[in-house]
Amino acid sequence: MTATDTPVLSAKNLKVHFPAGAGSQWFGPRLTVKAVDGVSFDLMPGEILGVIGESGCGKSTLGRALLKLIPATGGEIAWSGQDVTSLPEAALRQRRKDMQIIFQDPLASLDPRMTIGQIIGQPLKTFEPGLTRKQLEVRVVETMRQVGLNPSMLHRYPHEFSGGQCQRIGIGRAIITRPKLIVCDEPVSALDMSIQSHIINLLIRLRDELGMALIFISHNMSVVQHISDRILVLYLGKEMEIAERDALFARPLHPYTKALLSAVPIPDPKLSRQRDRVILEGDTPSPITPPSGCVFRTRCPIAIDRCAVDVPPLLSYGNDQRAACLRTNEAAAASLADGVA
Amino acid sequence: MNGDQTLLHVADLRIGFRVPHGMITAVDGLSFTLRPGEVLGIVGESGSGKSQALLAIMGLLASNARVSGQIDFAGRDLLSLTRPALDRLRGSDLAMIFQDPMTSLNPYHRIGTQLAEVLIKHKGMGKDDAARAALAMLDRVRIPDAKRRMRLYPHELSGGMRQRVMIAMALLCQPRILLADEPTTALDVTVQAQILSLMQELVRDTGTSVVIVTHDLGVVAETCDRVMVLYGGRVMERADVDALFEAPRHPYTRGLLEAMPRLSTVRQKSLKVIPGAPKAASVTAVPGCPFAPRCGRRVDRCVQVMPPVEAIDIDHDVACYKPYASSLVEVDGPAADDRVSTDLRGGA
Repeated sequence: MTATDTPVLSAKNLKVHFPAGAGSQWFGPRLTVKAVDGVSFDLMPGEILGVIGESGCGKSTLGRALLKLIPATGGEIAWSGQDVTSLPEAALRQRRKDMQIIFQDPLASLDPRMTIGQIIGQPLKTFEPGLTRKQLEVRVVETMRQVGLNPSMLHRYPHEFSGGQCQRIGIGRAIITRPKLIVCDEPVSALDMSIQSHIINLLIRLRDELGMALIFISHNMSVVQHISDRILVLYLGKEMEIAERDALFARPLHPYTKALLSAVPIPDPKLSRQRDRVILEGDTPSPITPPSGCVFRTRCPIAIDRCAVDVPPLLSYGNDQRAACLRTNEAAAASLADGVA
Repeated sequence: MNGDQTLLHVADLRIGFRVPHGMITAVDGLSFTLRPGEVLGIVGESGSGKSQALLAIMGLLASNARVSGQIDFAGRDLLSLTRPALDRLRGSDLAMIFQDPMTSLNPYHRIGTQLAEVLIKHKGMGKDDAARAALAMLDRVRIPDAKRRMRLYPHELSGGMRQRVMIAMALLCQPRILLADEPTTALDVTVQAQILSLMQELVRDTGTSVVIVTHDLGVVAETCDRVMVLYGGRVMERADVDALFEAPRHPYTRGLLEAMPRLSTVRQKSLKVIPGAPKAASVTAVPGCPFAPRCGRRVDRCVQVMPPVEAIDIDHDVACYKPYASSLVEVDGPAADDRVSTDLRGGA
């Protein structure tokens, strides 16, 4: 791998706001949904970044905005060090070869009228139009082997495959151009439990073999924990915490991260009876009218009055762990003061 | 728990669906009992027949379904009851909650009206009494501002709130059995935690027995007393929840538990997998164990004759010719090694 210091992707204060119609009156103020609101991170080559959050937290919007599939309304995006924020679509086109995506519903993301060979080969036809039919087929067959599909199925159609196999086809289509990054948007959520582990193992193996970076979007904490090197926790479009995987699980700093971890059911009856759980009250508020100050404060077990006023900045707590919480900051300051005294 | 009393007894339940080119078998000889006050989990992947078994108890199977066997509830066979007799039981003694509360609530009626209707119909209550009881129930499932919410329509509530309304409705008549089909699958984890703890609390208070169908082994571990694992319409294993998670005897159960990524600080490099995929139900009946094609412990007999469900320990039944021993460390091939060293293994 060359240029390991240049992030394959970097986002700075990325915002995606959607108009959501007028307010209660016809000529009332325009409302916006702040789907992604100020997200920043760097992704290094070969790194797997897990993005976790509940429905409506903006994780899928973030994934699409990073690939410029939907326009960002603020902030900057750079691909391999080059600013692509305002690059026209024509100029983006060639660069898309490096940036691929796989989706949640494996069957719905495949054209039912194309054969598997055509589907997997399509990106090559687009990005390397000089290839002969023979060369194309060689590459497709090689890719099918890499993702665990029998090349004899080249001429079959998507409906003949199971969900797990369709997901392999989607992955094959994504890796055939040797991308530097694949955004995986809930790639195992629609699969049966005995199939999920196949796909997770495949993605990790491909990362190890091909060295591409992955953004792994999921609501499933255990899956994200298993696959990720680093994890980003989103809530109502805002970054709550971002940290190395082990740091996040051993020492979650943000109360939302703690609550999320505590809400995951543990497949061990004895352990689950012993543990103390933090159960959050209520539901996620509407992203059209998010709470003032810290967006999490309405469900936060340790919120204080100031949380309704001040927007907590994302602060670093050492070891690449950053969290946006006033209370965490207070606690850190207090323990620092204790250390001095 | 000693199980002399049974509340529900299902014996040799078979469910098939008539399709243009033959019969598809969804449930193939399912037998189980439910004891009073117990929470029974039914676990399985798609096509395991778990949801169809629940629907059969409620008499809600699709019109092309053919059912045989017995479902004995309080001395009556539910399968041979007339429609009016069944209607008297459904909603009062037997209640059900579904995965998607939006499609199971009536979009045209206010929450309050729908709740009160249950009491008016089954308990013969007057409108005002029913409304009062419905309001009390909404308070009990911790719907904030319940009085105002009584007047709302289902679409005006969040997913978590709708599921609370469903639970409230199901528990209004103090049913003896609550059937729950993936009750938290459509919900976020933080809301799932709320709903599960609420269900546990209500069940404890009312003594209602619960059958919960899920694909999430975490949910089973947290809520159930006993578990039944289904595959291809048949029982693979049935045990006390602690025994099942501590010492799964069936290769499928063990495979599922090992294939799960877990929240742990020790990094696992690669997950164990069960080869192959669950087979879609088809018109061609397969002799032998449905899991055999994917099973690492398969012997010739497995593909010829389905192993019977047999007691292997106290309160622990398994349908397998080659079950694992009860101790975790079994001196038998690679499966045992993997089990012990899941956390330590390097590449696989």
